[in-house]
Amino acid sequence: MSDSIERNAAEIARGVNSGAFSAAELTRSMLAHIDRTEPQVGAYLSVLHERAAATAARVDERIKQGERLPLAGVPLAVKDNMCLEGTRTTCGSKILEHWTSPYTATAVQRLLDAGCIPVGKANMDEFAMGSSCENSALGVTRNPYDLERVPGGSSGGSASAVAAFEAAIGMGSDTGGSIREPAAFCNLVGFKPTYGRVSRYGLIAFASSLDQIGPLTRTVEDAALAYDAMGGHDPMDATSIDRPFETTADGLRTDLRGVRVGIVREFATKELGPEIDALYAKAYRDLEALGAELVEVALPTAEYGLATYYLIAPAECSSNLARFDGVRYGLRVEGANVHEMYERTRAAGFGPEVKRRILIGTYALSSGYYDAYYVRAQKARTLIAQDFAKAFASCDLIAAPAASSPAFTFNAKSDPYSMYLMDYYTIPMSLAGLPALSVPCGWVTPPGGASPMPMGLQLTAPLFAERALLSAAHAYERATGHAAAQRPVIAMEATQ
Amino acid sequence: MQYEAVIGIECHVELKTATKMFCGCPNEFGGEPNTKVCPVCLALPGSLPVPNRAAIDHMVRAGLAVEAAIPTFSKFDRKNYFYPDMPKDYQISQFDMPLTQGGVVKYWLEDGTMKSCRLTRIHLEEDTGKSTHAGSGDGRISGSTYSLIDFNRAGVPLMECVSEPEIHSADEAVAYLESLRRTLQQLGVSDVKMEEGSLRCDANVSIRPVGASELGTKTEIKNMNSFRSVHRAIQSEIARQIAVVEAGERIVQETRGWDEINGTTISMRSKEQAHDYRYFPDPDLVPMEITAAYVDALRETIPEAPWKRFLRYTQSYGLNVLQATQLIDTQPLASYFDAVVAASDNAQQATNFVLGDLSRLANESGTPVWLSAVSPEHLAELIVLVDGKTINSKIAKELLVRMWAGEGSPKALVEREGLAQTSDPAAIEAFVVDVLAANEKSVNDYRAGKTNVMGFLVGQVMKASRGKADPALVNDVVKKKLEQ
Amino acid sequence: MIPLPFNHRSTPILSSEKIDIRYVATLARLALTDDEVARFGAQLGDLLEHVDALAKLDVSAVAATAQVVESRNVERDDILAPSLDREVVLAQAPARQGAFFRVPRIIAE
Ligand SMILES: [Mg+2]
Ligand SMILES: [Zn+2]
Repeated sequence: MSDSIERNAAEIARGVNSGAFSAAELTRSMLAHIDRTEPQVGAYLSVLHERAAATAARVDERIKQGERLPLAGVPLAVKDNMCLEGTRTTCGSKILEHWTSPYTATAVQRLLDAGCIPVGKANMDEFAMGSSCENSALGVTRNPYDLERVPGGSSGGSASAVAAFEAAIGMGSDTGGSIREPAAFCNLVGFKPTYGRVSRYGLIAFASSLDQIGPLTRTVEDAALAYDAMGGHDPMDATSIDRPFETTADGLRTDLRGVRVGIVREFATKELGPEIDALYAKAYRDLEALGAELVEVALPTAEYGLATYYLIAPAECSSNLARFDGVRYGLRVEGANVHEMYERTRAAGFGPEVKRRILIGTYALSSGYYDAYYVRAQKARTLIAQDFAKAFASCDLIAAPAASSPAFTFNAKSDPYSMYLMDYYTIPMSLAGLPALSVPCGWVTPPGGASPMPMGLQLTAPLFAERALLSAAHAYERATGHAAAQRPVIAMEATQ
Repeated sequence: MQYEAVIGIECHVELKTATKMFCGCPNEFGGEPNTKVCPVCLALPGSLPVPNRAAIDHMVRAGLAVEAAIPTFSKFDRKNYFYPDMPKDYQISQFDMPLTQGGVVKYWLEDGTMKSCRLTRIHLEEDTGKSTHAGSGDGRISGSTYSLIDFNRAGVPLMECVSEPEIHSADEAVAYLESLRRTLQQLGVSDVKMEEGSLRCDANVSIRPVGASELGTKTEIKNMNSFRSVHRAIQSEIARQIAVVEAGERIVQETRGWDEINGTTISMRSKEQAHDYRYFPDPDLVPMEITAAYVDALRETIPEAPWKRFLRYTQSYGLNVLQATQLIDTQPLASYFDAVVAASDNAQQATNFVLGDLSRLANESGTPVWLSAVSPEHLAELIVLVDGKTINSKIAKELLVRMWAGEGSPKALVEREGLAQTSDPAAIEAFVVDVLAANEKSVNDYRAGKTNVMGFLVGQVMKASRGKADPALVNDVVKKKLEQ
Repeated sequence: MIPLPFNHRSTPILSSEKIDIRYVATLARLALTDDEVARFGAQLGDLLEHVDALAKLDVSAVAATAQVVESRNVERDDILAPSLDREVVLAQAPARQGAFFRVPRIIAE
């Protein structure tokens, strides 16, 4: 049985489409596995037993009718900031703990249309604010490679689910690294497409100009299949890009000949320690060995990414989260008047990180500070995007770390700023709206750690160059095979 | 001391579209509460706005109609503040780059004087839901213990139009509003009905000594729900402010509500509080680039401005203010009138028929003139028949009734039934000879000095001619024969 | 609208001064405990110190980026789409009365 649940999305779709096994059978095994492993992993806030079984039956029916679905029967973990009609959608927050969405997000619907089976709603940092999943108000999610460690965040539940074979595709959302960092922590491929390539309709907003949905998978091919299914223009999202959509799964290469890979001068700091530094140096040499030409590129403003991000994202979130006011849905704490009701509801409903960011953002937009903070950050954002554009004049892809360390232990980053630093390498790409992914690039054993933990190589491409990006990642993945070097502790227990 | 009032008017006008500003819910007045709502206009988590093209077209057309500049670039901003009937707790509005810039509203007073008031800005935003304040018994917010909210109106496209403080009396304020209402209504961008809330306005009122250039402290007057209450509220507020200043006290900057029953404005709060709306560009929406070609195409659809029409009617056609206003205020009637004038080249007769006989027939039947069986072309034909003395006015009135009943072209009727006026002296003389012969007594009376029988005899001749004889000619011939 | 104290300076000054955290919390409609005021105040101060690094960037000739992918005039046709069923809408209301959402007393403007 472990065999069937450990299949990748591509294999499952092949099997279900060919009739080798049914979506219903696989879903039953998957739900049984989830029920067994969840007490340790805690990837999900809701497991959708009935919904999954009913969807699987419909998929099997469609296959029987002669349809072929690109993701037939593939178990899907939906991050709990994405709406799925009739299911609880909490955003990992007390303020939405009991809210049921009456509609389905476009990206989720497209994966369902492609044959995916929604097995659960995955845990996350509250409102996607965090890099460890510890900010969830509703549950603890553990890293399947070391249960004492975090899965990363904010898409930690989706990452954990896919790593623990509790799903083959996890849907994540990435605002400053929330797909790439948990992918790195959980030995996965995590892909954030170009801003506007995947519809945000039905994704509960954190920072509208940065949020982007993408897949977390165990292989690049699966990421490409998922992206091909969920991407493309959506008239319900005014920021969705209306230009021809290039599929990716049919263009995966096995070498990197003719590809110029930029290595960022400013990122070669050695601050990550000799072991991690050596690991990335090796990763770059592996790219070269595949035929890539390594070139040095400069991103002089990348160091301002964090400061820029921690003004823009909170500013947008302070406004986006205003609607959680206790009037129409969600938590309400009564008060003598509506003002008091607002203040009490929001005080009780939001966790400390969310409050912190609402306060920063409100401050950055407030009268007298707007120009000094918000407008300046938007201008810095322009410079960062321009830096990337210049860099891409001399290279096709940029290689960099996906995170500055392997997964850390719970409560290791109690100071907010040290947590923010986790996204140092991913934030600049988010600010520039670029497609970027993390692909497993080796293992390091953290000091005092029980087992080796995965690391991720971040590859970034110019806007809309998803095809080239996934293609290169696929070549690297095939040549190096880092992901297969270790097995999650959870899955090993399940097979015993 | 003599005082001058300085008034600025802020209007919110709901745009007439099939759907709301950012979602496909119906934009309709009334209806069962909370039935015209969707994830977007209820601000459910994850929903996103997509702007309604028709509302943007309306805005640009409204801007063109008031001679505003249309910029080449515009955007939506978020205005952040919490209010229970505003679902997102921010309003999508426009801050520094509205769809139109400047502009002017020209209007006329009852004596025909033309005035104008510049606009500070017109921008596009979304309406809020509606709160009903309960628990106090009188529906007022003060004293209420809770409120009930209907979100049907939330997200309806709303145009905010702010005037410069260039209005100086209650009469001017109402004339300004009437002109704005006419303009928007004729463009078809809004119903502009105060009673349905599709036009709402506030007035900023201050006074200063005549001749002073500095502005006095202003108050903002709210809760005016008809043009009449705007007039009364402004008059009462001006009087109040003068009384305060005369008493040696200072005007307090505040919001005051109009109390219709007591005919006074009442302070709504003691001190005008500054708000920090934290405007910033809405990251869910992309900027608008407005091309010259787009603006030119819309310019083609702008009808003649009401104030231009007013000048044409009063100065070129010689209509009085009341007549001109009456026509302009019923736009299809004015169009009808224009068509009649164009085809008949007789504005005075057109006015007489359209505002006289035709309007009376319309009132009696309940069918508006422009929807009646009398086409402007047929009415023009009738006017030409009268002008050319082919028929006399009595026949004309009779024909009009028949045209109203659907009998079609008056020219055809006249020809078919031989209704053309008889101006042949020989034929008329024959009628006269017959009539005088049959009314010997009257002839003798006349000759005995009772000249007032003349009318009777002329009438008899007209009757004998079945009304077709040229009355002036009949008059001449009768007189000549009697005095022979 | 609820009246708010307005005690802001209009000159842009970076974090060298202390944030009026209570004012900001009122704008954001967040009730804070004294403990939170102290903690968040300190943390925001720390963050703003990091953010002050931006002052080193010369942005005088730089345009602001609100949207990273250039796109213009995204509009929809004025065509009706289905609304939600009222019971679905009101089923999630924290408080309702008949067909309405119910809220506590609104403080007069
Ligand atoms: Mg407004
Ligand atoms: Zn709607």
